[in-house]
Amino acid sequence: MAEVRLEGLGKSFGTSRAVTGMDLVIADGEFVVLLGPTGAGKTTTLRLIAGLERPDAGSIRIGEEDVTGLSPAERDVAFVFQQYSLYPHLSVFDNLAFPLKSPARRWSAGEIDARVRDIARMVRIDHKLDSKSTKLSGGEMQRVAIGRALVREPSIFLMDEPLSSLDAKLRADLRLELKRIQSEIGATLLYVTHDQIEAMTMADRIGILAEGHLTQIGSPREIYTAPANLHVAARLGHPHINLIKPGLLPCQSMPDGVRTIGARTEHILVEAAASVAQGNGRVDWIEHLGDQNHLHILVDGQKITLLADPYSGFKAGDPVSVSLKQPLFFGADDRRITDV
Amino acid sequence: MSGLSSAHSVVEPGIWSKRIAGTLVVIYALITMIPLLWIFATSLKSPPDSISYPPKILFTPTVEGYCNLFTTRSRQTQDYIESLGPPANVCEEIARDRSMVVVGASKYWPRFVNSLVIAFGSTFLAVFLGTLAAYGFSRFKVPLADDLLFFILSTRMMPPIAVAIPIYLMYRELGLSDTALGMILLYTAVNVSLAVWLLKGFIDEIPREYEEAALIDGYTRLQAFVKVVLPQATTGIAATAIFCLIFAWNEYAFAVLLTSGTAQTAPPFIPTIIGEGGMDWPAVGAGTTIFLVPILVFTILLRKHLLRGITFGAVRK
Ligand SMILES: Nc1ncnc2c1ncn2[C@@H]1O[C@H](COP(=O)(O)OP(=O)(O)OP(=O)(O)O)[C@@H](O)[C@H]1O
Ligand SMILES: [Mg+2]
Repeated sequence: MAEVRLEGLGKSFGTSRAVTGMDLVIADGEFVVLLGPTGAGKTTTLRLIAGLERPDAGSIRIGEEDVTGLSPAERDVAFVFQQYSLYPHLSVFDNLAFPLKSPARRWSAGEIDARVRDIARMVRIDHKLDSKSTKLSGGEMQRVAIGRALVREPSIFLMDEPLSSLDAKLRADLRLELKRIQSEIGATLLYVTHDQIEAMTMADRIGILAEGHLTQIGSPREIYTAPANLHVAARLGHPHINLIKPGLLPCQSMPDGVRTIGARTEHILVEAAASVAQGNGRVDWIEHLGDQNHLHILVDGQKITLLADPYSGFKAGDPVSVSLKQPLFFGADDRRITDV
Repeated sequence: MSGLSSAHSVVEPGIWSKRIAGTLVVIYALITMIPLLWIFATSLKSPPDSISYPPKILFTPTVEGYCNLFTTRSRQTQDYIESLGPPANVCEEIARDRSMVVVGASKYWPRFVNSLVIAFGSTFLAVFLGTLAAYGFSRFKVPLADDLLFFILSTRMMPPIAVAIPIYLMYRELGLSDTALGMILLYTAVNVSLAVWLLKGFIDEIPREYEEAALIDGYTRLQAFVKVVLPQATTGIAATAIFCLIFAWNEYAFAVLLTSGTAQTAPPFIPTIIGEGGMDWPAVGAGTTIFLVPILVFTILLRKHLLRGITFGAVRK
């Protein structure tokens, strides 16, 4: 395992700039998640690090070595692709053994066999070693794909939405397992996802990508509680952060120059009001999600959505009084105003 | 669900459609097989039976056609024949019944071997070159790729025989007339365009991620091609090989024009089998029957791939 350092990395395809000026240091043994909307340049970043694309600008270091000009084989990285993760013509065993059988590595058949069986146990696929890879379920395929990356002990693991094609339950299981394996072997891992729950639960640090720029990088807590700008704030939190104009809701101590206020559930106080005249809004409807409810409130024609206790007792049409406590303030340039 | 809607499943044809389709296929297969069966039957007839009118459906089978195909015979006086010892084999016996003796092997076997060498040689070359070219077109930024591909296809737009005379003159100048090498080059040139186009389609369908994964796993581009692309392209390669082989195996016009002696293939040779008093139809039948065997075997061996291959990768898994 090694530290990976990206400096001023840039890549364009024709006129479209997929990645621009990316600076990122992934420490040895760190789990970094890149989060961003579709087309943000997440896959391109991974492909640049793997050597599948040549950067137009900047450099990539793995450990002590500048690998910017090296071929993929010389970089010693492992890649789990967004799709097409297994060789369809090979069995599970051969898929796992494939990286070890490369002529560049001179492993004996016995060593390969032992290593493959170890890894198969680790990703819990050892009962299917002789199956054809096309005969596996989606979750099993993804385990093998992750196993294929793990057999090699590379300097960094690059994973491109490895869990995106799975159902919610499997995703949750594999998420935990992947995190367990990563901390077990102390792997350096750069992981790409759309899914904020994956990002929040697995990452040591999260990097938020928008239109090829790394907008912010920090611990999940930092990204959630102290987003650098509106874009980052809008990426995290469920339900989505409420963006409202200053003055719509009562709020103590508002700094100057605020153009937008971002309010999540924990920033909003809702109390039942005795009558419409006393409150400043009313409950529009309540969305029942099982373990929790989404409360949709209308204030002056603007909709505000927040999480609510299922036993809070609100009904549609109830008058409420809504106020803010220490919400996020954004200025005219959409950056968060920090000196409150 | 009512009975009606379940009887008309969208994906599963009903029992009657299956039966009708099955019957049609069987009838069609029988009709297409009649010429083959006719040829095979002729090969087992005696020369008089083979030209009797109306044709004989029931006859006493004989291997005379096969004997005549593989041997040359000469007519001898009855006294001479009687002075010989007992016949060494069944062909000798048949010949003597017709007042002839076997004097040697015919040219059928060398011609057949020529056909094997030329057809399989050119098929191998066309598929080999076609696979490499198709891979290149599919994976790399080739300058003018579309124009090149169109050019390659355009060689197929006129009947090859239209260029017979220039090729004949070229071959004469180059000393390629009547050589196996010349025929292999010619058939390869005709087939390679088909091979490039067919194989490009198949290779385009193989996601690049597989090779990229192999590159990252420490393989070179060539190793990745051999270990990852080729195994997944077997269906396409098999289908292409059969198309190329069928063309090269059956090709008649160029073979007549460019080969007459040492490099002559079986198709121009078979019609020249002359018996006493005209064509020796049983021998022609025998020659044709044997000629069909290699392509039949090859097709049956690759049948699994061919069936999937002729859907042009539409149903890959
Ligand atoms: N090979 C390519 N040729 C041209 N443009 C490309 C190529 N690869 C990526 N792009 C462009 O670069 C941008 C970033 O693409 P990238 O695949 O990195 O996005 P992503 O963040 O991985 O998105 P997703 O979440 O949908 O996978 C996109 O606008 C895409 O159209
Ligand atoms: Mg992507």
